[in-house]
This record gives sequence, structure tokens and C-alpha cells, in this order.
Amino acid sequence: MDKHPEVLLEVNAVETWHGSLRALSDVSLTVSEGSITVILGNNGAGKSTLLNTILGVLEGQPKNGQISFQGTRIDRMATERIVRSGISYVPEGRRIFSGLTVRENLKVGAYIQKDQFSTKKALERVYEFFPLLAERQSQAAGTLSGGEQQMLAIGRALMNGPRLLLLDEPSLGLAPILVRQVFDIISQIRDEGVTVLLVEQNARMALAVADEGLVLDSGELVAAGSASDLVDNAEVEGLYMGALSLPINRES
Amino acid sequence: MLPQVLASGLSAGSIYALMALALVITYKTTEVPNFAQGDMAMVSAFIAYMFLTDFETGFIFAFGVALVFAFLLGVGFEGLLLRRMRKPTHLNLIIMTLGFTLALFGFAGWKWGADQRHFPFPISANEVIRFGSVSISTLSVATILIAGILMLLVFVFFRFTKLGVAMQATQQDPIAARINGVPARAVVGLTFGISSVIGTVAALLTAPLITLDPTLMWDALLKGFAAAVLGGLNTPVGAVLGGYLLGVIENLFGAYVSVEFKSVVAFLIIVIVLWFKPSGLFGRHHERKV
Ligand SMILES: Nc1ncnc2c1ncn2[C@@H]1O[C@H](COP(=O)(O)OP(=O)(O)O)[C@@H](O)[C@H]1O
Ligand SMILES: [Mg+2]
Repeated sequence: MDKHPEVLLEVNAVETWHGSLRALSDVSLTVSEGSITVILGNNGAGKSTLLNTILGVLEGQPKNGQISFQGTRIDRMATERIVRSGISYVPEGRRIFSGLTVRENLKVGAYIQKDQFSTKKALERVYEFFPLLAERQSQAAGTLSGGEQQMLAIGRALMNGPRLLLLDEPSLGLAPILVRQVFDIISQIRDEGVTVLLVEQNARMALAVADEGLVLDSGELVAAGSASDLVDNAEVEGLYMGALSLPINRES
Repeated sequence: MLPQVLASGLSAGSIYALMALALVITYKTTEVPNFAQGDMAMVSAFIAYMFLTDFETGFIFAFGVALVFAFLLGVGFEGLLLRRMRKPTHLNLIIMTLGFTLALFGFAGWKWGADQRHFPFPISANEVIRFGSVSISTLSVATILIAGILMLLVFVFFRFTKLGVAMQATQQDPIAARINGVPARAVVGLTFGISSVIGTVAALLTAPLITLDPTLMWDALLKGFAAAVLGGLNTPVGAVLGGYLLGVIENLFGAYVSVEFKSVVAFLIIVIVLWFKPSGLFGRHHERKV
């Protein structure tokens, strides 16, 4: 990484509510261009809420605070516009369109591409990344296995040609060998110039590929630093890695 | 006699198929049937009538205005009434469609009265074309062709255009569509617009066959609903096939069993399908949204 990385995303003192529940309080973070930043935290810590807040999926949120992307305020903007500005999202649970074919899923991913030519180029690039998706392109997405669906969700998010990719627990529910593959792909995506903001419970694996890490607990940031610092941080080790190295309710 | 019955069945079935398709398109988006579908089409047909008789415009202009009106009515119904609900539960949405249909029916009664009006149409219902032993009115031929072509266009749109595929994606998971950059709200409005236009084509083909009054689409709406249940409420192709099937079955029943009880057929079909195959003949098992 270069010495003066440019800040791509800045979240400043954000507060998000789910009805009467405050799910995020005073969360601030920055994501530098070209990095992989990981957000760790237990179930219910507010990780997904944070990504949803950044992408503007939650009506009327964030209640307080600012979010800027490439120097432009995006908080309270319509999701479509945020996506257009260059952020893609692989949501929790993948949310592929199971009734559409693999290729149709990818085409929806390319919705903001202006012309057929750029769509075609994006499609070729995704098929290069995931040759398996090319093989299954005419198959209904619902018939894919869990790992393949995750590839499709990532491929779909890449179709827009994003500068920042948000991923919510991409390793959830995958067999160990697939988990490794997903993390390899994430590094590869970064190497191609896409900045990554990753939410994970799989702390050990995530910190191994990440540059920066943050820990969320009950909606508050409780630790932040370089990935290597966090690996050494005994508190994080005790709080999150110890618990999470146990195979807790994770089906494969 | 059989080919003749089939031809009549196909012609009636074309209307049912249009109404079934219109219902299914919005059903897949909201998961509730739009009971205002019929009266939205009826009012749009009255708009065409108004232009033809009061303003004495040509057919193309009058029908064009009616279709544009229908489109805006659909978009407006979704954007101004359905979307603003605080608690858009299925029951509340259904109540809203019923309320809207009452309002439209009341409006039509007030504006145009209950008289049965002759609806001017460029194609005659009395002129007959013969195909061998089958004689069929030019209006029926036109109905079959226009409905067939329109439905084909709708399928091509959904299957092969970027917007159509995005519309299907929005029907399956609006939030997932949004995070891929699809303006899901506008797209949902568009589905109501398209659906209203399809229903209005059915109304414009029905009005010259019977007469125009505020009850114009009652029968067609119920038959379209039965057809959609028969074919499968969440499969557009199935619903269209259900429409043709219902038209044919009804006419067979009328010809060989009883004319008086012909209208009971649709009800019987609903009962039988709901008993034995609730997802419809061509429907897959209902998938719940996330
Ligand atoms: N749509 C929602 N409505 C109400 N509460 C929610 C909603 N989504 C999440 N929450 C609550 O907000 C908190 C944070 O949830 P979430 O962001 O999903 O956590 P994580 O992704 O870290 O597991 C949890 O207490 C959760 O129950
Ligand atoms: Mg989560």
C-alpha cells in the first residue's frame, strides 16, 4: 500500500435506529483506497446495519452523522444513486434472484451500465473470475449450490464495475475449502483495484487478508487498528477469536 | 360443431388471458390480487368512448389516449394509494384495491350513468368470416390476434429487455434489486402501469362485443381471476394458458352440457384447483419472499 492512501469512504459519528432500538451509536471509520477493511463483531453487533446504512437501504437512516464517498455526501441518498456513484454490495444471505438464470442475475447486476458493450465486457470479466458461472449461465440461479450462489452474488456485485465493494459475511454457511476460496477471491478483487469493506465473524481468516480491522459491539466501535495489531490484541483475541474459533451454529 | 366451439372458446379465452396476465404481473409484485383491475380498465374504456363520441376523434387517437390514461392510472394507483400505506399488509392492500374499485365504479356511474351504450369500434361484431365449417366474427378474429400479439410482446419484454429482467428481479426481491442499482420504486409503479394497459386492451375489445356500462369488466375480472388461479397465480405463462383453457372449457360446457350454468364453470374450476392443486396447473410451489 502506498504511504498516503486516499480516503475513499468516510463514516462520521453515524447513528442508526431500527424503530426504537439504537443499532449504531457514534460509529466513525475511514476506508482507504485500495485496502481491505474488515468489520468484526458478534451476532447482533450491528455489522449488517452498518453496511445497510452506508448503502442507504434503511428508510430515513442514519438518524445522525455523515457518510462521504469520494468526498461527496451520500447519507440519506437513494440507494440507486449510491450504487451509481460506485459502491456495490453483496448482502447477507446473498439474495440472488433464484427464479432468474445466472446470466440474468448478472445482467441485473449491470443495471447501471450504460450500454451493451460495457455490460458485455463486465460479463466477460466476471466469467473469467468465475468460470463456473459461465458454465451455468443458462441455469436457474436457485439450482446452484451455496458456494456457487455466493460466487454469483459476488459476480453480480462486480458487474457494476464498483470502486468500493461491501461484503456481508460472504463465508457464512460455506464448507471450509470454499471459505478459503472466497477469501482468495476477495484478495484478488482488491488486487484488481477494487477497495473492499468486509463484514465477517470468521475473524482469523478475515484478519489474514485484511489491512485494517474494526470491532463492533452492541452498535459501538470498541477496537480499531491495522489487521496485524488486532491479531495481536489480546482483548480481541479473547472476545471474538476465541469464541469464534468454535464452530457456532454454522451449517455448511 | 367442435371446431366452432373451440373458436368461440379461444376468442373469449383471449380476454380472460389478458385479464389473468394483468393480474399476475401485479400479483407477483405485491402478492395480492388487484381487484380494481377490471374497473380501472372500464374507466379507461369510457375515456376512449368520451373521445370517440363527445370529441369525435379518430379511433387511433381515442384508443391511444385511453391507453396512456390507463398507464397513468396504474402508476398513480400504486404511487399515490398503495405505496403510502403505513402498514402494507396483504389484507390492507386488498382492502385498498377493493376501495379503489368502489370509487371507480361510483365515479363511472355518476359521470356516465348506468345506460348500456353502443361502443363504436372499427371492426364489426356482426360480420362473419368462414374458415371451412367454422364461422367466426371479424371482431373475434381481431380479438384473438390483438391479444396474442400483445401477450407475445409482453413476454419478449420481460424475458429479453434489461428493464423487463430488472422488473422480474424487483418482483422477486425489491431490496436486492435496489442494491444492484435498480430504481425499484419506479419499477413497481411501472408494473402497475403495464398491467393497467393490458387490462384496458381487454376492455376495449370487450366493449364492442357487449355494450359499455360501468359493469363492463365484472365478468372479465372474475374470469381472469379464475384463469390465473387455474394456470398459477405466480406464473404469467400459466395464467395466460389458464385463460385460454377457461374460455374453451366454458364454451364446451355451454355447448354440450348447459348454457344456463355456463358461468358456474369458472367457480367450479376455482374450487377444484384450490382443493387439489393450489399453485395452479402450471405453477410451482409458492416461494416465500425473504
Ligand atoms: N430490520 C430490523 N428491525 C429491527 N431490528 C433490527 C433489524 N435489523 C437488525 N435489527 C437489530 O439490530 C441489531 C443489529 O443487527 P445486525 O446489524 O443485523 O447485526 P449483525 O449483522 O452484526 O449480526 C440487532 O439487535 C438486531 O436484532
Ligand atoms: Mg449481519
